[in-house]
Amino acid sequence: MASAKPQVGLFVTCLVDVIRPEVGFATVRLLEAAGCRVEVPAHQTCCGQPASSAGDRPQAAAVARAVIRAFERFDYVVGPSGSCLSILSRHYPQLLSDDPQWLERARSLAGRTWELTRFLDEVAPAQGLEPAYPGIVAYHDSCSGLRELGIRDQPRRLLGQVQGLELREMEARDVCCGFGGTFCVSYPEISARMVDDKVASVLATGADTVVGGDLGCLMNIAGRLRRRGEPLRVFHVAEVLAGRAQGAGLAGAVEGATA
Amino acid sequence: MTAPNPTAAHPRRFRLQARGALQDARLRQALDRARGGFVAKRAHAVAGRPDFEALTAAAAQIKDDALERMEDHLQRFESQVIARGGHVHHAADAQAAREAVLEICRSRGAHRVTKGKSMVGEEVGLNQALEGAGLEVTETDLGEYIIQLAGETPSHIIAPAVHKTREQISELFAQHHGTPPRGEVAELVDEARSVLRERYLQADVGITGANFLVAETGTAVLVTNEGNGDLTASLPNVHVVITGIDKVVPTFQETCTLLRVLARSATGQELTSYTSFFTGPAAEADGEGPTDYHVILVDNGRRAIRDSEFRSMLRCIRCGACMNHCPVYASVGGHAYGWVYPGPMGSVLTPLMLGLDQAPDLPRACTLNGRCGSVCPVQIPLPDLLRRLRERQYEGGIVSVRYRWGTRLWGAVARRPWLYRPLAALGARLLGWAGGARGRVRRLPGAGGWVAARDLPTPTCGGTFMARWRRGERP
Repeated sequence: MASAKPQVGLFVTCLVDVIRPEVGFATVRLLEAAGCRVEVPAHQTCCGQPASSAGDRPQAAAVARAVIRAFERFDYVVGPSGSCLSILSRHYPQLLSDDPQWLERARSLAGRTWELTRFLDEVAPAQGLEPAYPGIVAYHDSCSGLRELGIRDQPRRLLGQVQGLELREMEARDVCCGFGGTFCVSYPEISARMVDDKVASVLATGADTVVGGDLGCLMNIAGRLRRRGEPLRVFHVAEVLAGRAQGAGLAGAVEGATA
Repeated sequence: MTAPNPTAAHPRRFRLQARGALQDARLRQALDRARGGFVAKRAHAVAGRPDFEALTAAAAQIKDDALERMEDHLQRFESQVIARGGHVHHAADAQAAREAVLEICRSRGAHRVTKGKSMVGEEVGLNQALEGAGLEVTETDLGEYIIQLAGETPSHIIAPAVHKTREQISELFAQHHGTPPRGEVAELVDEARSVLRERYLQADVGITGANFLVAETGTAVLVTNEGNGDLTASLPNVHVVITGIDKVVPTFQETCTLLRVLARSATGQELTSYTSFFTGPAAEADGEGPTDYHVILVDNGRRAIRDSEFRSMLRCIRCGACMNHCPVYASVGGHAYGWVYPGPMGSVLTPLMLGLDQAPDLPRACTLNGRCGSVCPVQIPLPDLLRRLRERQYEGGIVSVRYRWGTRLWGAVARRPWLYRPLAALGARLLGWAGGARGRVRRLPGAGGWVAARDLPTPTCGGTFMARWRRGERP
């Protein structure tokens, strides 16, 4: 790495923006501790996944072009989501494949795009934060991160350095939680069965906390845990690594339970 | 072109069928028991073969090459079968396939037919046609036999009765065989075997499928674990092979690679218990065996798929690994998909074979989690194909108007940060207010699909990340 600080454009993701801004701040803290200069381009909204998963290719391509424009000037584009960052790096080139100029720009973006834990593990480690988390953590792999970006060991290595944190593995840890973007509202009964299976795997570990790298999955799991009256805390991995995993976490505390 | 279906299931009714399946406690029990076994056995077999990934790449290449020159291979296959005294029939669609088989049975004065498991047979509605013509049909694969007794269709391409519990099968046998209910699987298998042995000996025609067609020798290759395929093929005087044109491969060399990945992916075996090779009628030197041998080569939409952007779907060697690893399949079972092919491979094949408008839910009832694609032994990019089918639905106007305008509206907003930003801020404020200190809501108008099963986590007050960042807030 050159002596000048690498310029990182933070891809916030729409769910972090609206539902859990704390994850965004934790991500900035981690990237700064990794020696990066972080900027948050004002012209970002969402990666376009709602349109691309729905099959609306023209809308998805239009959003892709907007994102590419907003992030063109950075050394790295980093964000706290395997799902969204995989859209940027793997799907934009496909979406724009019929336009040579945009394809080139999409490929350039893809080459600079990193999911947060992979960036911290493989490019620039965060230093000096010395986070602690007293708890037993079940780590949930999000499917896009796992299968499209190869993110599996990176977050576990990083969590392994968190003081007081014990990691437990779920059985069938590579099985989808049933979120799937619009899938969970389009097919709520099937999604409910899937998240129930996932929650059963979580509970079987005896963990008191669920941690993952994608807010969509975490909202799904946290929402189902609370509906079933389960008090487990749910945090994004960025919050734990930045030492910001305090309080009840996503979806709040269960009344009468000690957080 | 839809095959008649005794349970009147249909891919168009996926939602309804899925809902029914989710409420079926016995189905749940059967699926739970089966799932773990399939996944663990495959994982073990793959772990024992460190070059498995390379093997699947080779298998994919073999299938791609074979599809590229499919017509040449089919011609070679046909001339080899004819040279050995067999007959080849070309069936453009399901009806032609049924008629070809019926004509063979009719002209030989057949009364009784035994059948090995054939998904192409299911696809063209062969049993109903044969029974409709007054023939007595007996399925000889144990799973197929079970669902034939129950009057059902297969719910899995290699384990047709996977949706049934042992207890249900025991009741079914007692009812049809007039025997006392049996508790053990071995007892049930013995009972089926004794019934089936008689049928093999009485049959006039034996019908099997084929897993591969070897062009160089004109050989139909069939894999089974029960040996029922061999008895079906060799005891009657007439043997009919019915299969898809996509099964042809040039030589035995390639077939061996495909057999390696097929068994490991399907049942976790290195090789199935029986791998049978049928090449024409019995020769004089054989002394016994069928004297009359036919191969029905079924197109039924396959050439159209080959000539489309979905060609890679024809690599499929019907191992079932995609459905064994699909959490949607594990939740609703195979019948919910409403046609012959369930799970991820069915969600691609069904709309391609029946028409996009006949299966609008199948490409969408999927989280695109990619587990299916990751276990496919011929590296079919199933999630990409499903995504592409969704785009085709959009282009073809098959998506509901509400949904279409929903995405369009969303896209219009998402492309305009100046419009998106205040709407996101408003959403965050409303959610924060609704959730308050609890940090979640149980009910929310317009979010019925979400809150039906789970609470919705809500943000703490203070605004969106983008707003807070712009106000100068830093970690």
